[in-house]
Amino acid sequence: MKFFRYLFIGAIFGITLAKAEVISWFRIYEMFKFQSFHMYGVIGSAILIGIIVIQLIKRKKIKSIDGEPIMIVPKKFSWARYLIGGTIFGLGWALTGACPGPMFILLGNGVGVILVVIASAMLGTYVYGKLRHKLPH
Amino acid sequence: MNQLLEWISQPWPWYVAGPIIALVMFSMLFFGKFFGISSNLRTMCSLLGAGKSCDFFAISWREQAWNLVFAGGLVLGGLIAYLYLGHDRAAHISATTITELQAYGIADPGKTVVPTEIFNWESLLTLKGIIFIVVGGFLVGFGTRYAGGCTSGHAISGLSDLQPASLLAVIGFFIGGLTVTYFVLPYLLAL
Repeated sequence: MKFFRYLFIGAIFGITLAKAEVISWFRIYEMFKFQSFHMYGVIGSAILIGIIVIQLIKRKKIKSIDGEPIMIVPKKFSWARYLIGGTIFGLGWALTGACPGPMFILLGNGVGVILVVIASAMLGTYVYGKLRHKLPH
Repeated sequence: MNQLLEWISQPWPWYVAGPIIALVMFSMLFFGKFFGISSNLRTMCSLLGAGKSCDFFAISWREQAWNLVFAGGLVLGGLIAYLYLGHDRAAHISATTITELQAYGIADPGKTVVPTEIFNWESLLTLKGIIFIVVGGFLVGFGTRYAGGCTSGHAISGLSDLQPASLLAVIGFFIGGLTVTYFVLPYLLAL
C-alpha cells in the first residue's frame, strides 16, 4: 500500500512531461538548437523552485513523513566522472530525444519501439558496470 | 468535469510543468527518497540476474522497488495522457525548427511525439535507425551511470541542491547534446 504513493507521484510526473511535450524528440532537438525557450523554462523554473524548497528544508529542518531529517547526500566532486559521463549521456540524449524518465513515459504514450531504447540503455548500464574499474572517475 | 478535462487536455506551458516537477522532487524527499530515475536501469539489470556476472549489480532490488514502482507510474502517466488527455500528441515547436527539420527530410516535424520515420520497428533494420535507437539508448545508459545520474538526479535534484558535481554533469549533458545536434544530426538525418 505504501508503494501506491510512488505510483501516484510517478503518474503525475508522467502526465506532466507528456502534456508539456518534454517527452518529444522534437522538443529536445529544438532545445539543443536554442530555437525556443520552452525546455529552458520547464527545467529552469523547476530548478529555481527546487533551490528555494531545498533551502527551506535545510533551514527549517523539515522532517520526512517518518519523522527523520531530510538528508541529501552530496555527490563527491571529481572532474572526469561527471564531465566524461555527462558528455556521453548528452550524445545519447540528443539521438534518442529521451532521457530515462521520458523513455518510460513514451512507452505508456504508445511508442512501442522505445522498448529497444530502454533495453539498449540497460545494456549500456551493464557495460558501465563491467568496465567501471578501468574508467577514470 | 468535461470542461476541466478539456482544459487540462491543452498543451501545458512551461510555467505549469516546471513547478510540478519541483513538487514531485519535494514529494519524493518528503517520503524519504531521492528523486532520480536512471537508477532504475541498474535495478532492472540486477533483476535480470546481472549480479551473477558483475558485482556492481549484486544489489538488493527489493530496496529499490519503490523506484521501480515510480517508473511504473511514469508508464501509467504516459498512458493516461495518451488515452484521456488529448490524442494528438503533437509538439508545438517553433517555425524555425519545423523548416529546418523538413529540409532534413522529416515530413511533419512536431505532428507526432517522435519522428515516426526514424522511431519505428522497421527502421531497426537500417543503419540510421540503429544509430538513433540502439546506439543512442546505449550511450544514455552508459553515460548516466558513469555520471551517477540523469536529468532528474543531476539537473533537477542536484542543481536544486547547488551541487558542483551536478553542474559539471549538466555541462557535460550539453557538450554531448550540442555536439550531436550541430555536427552529427545534419549527416545522420540525411542518411
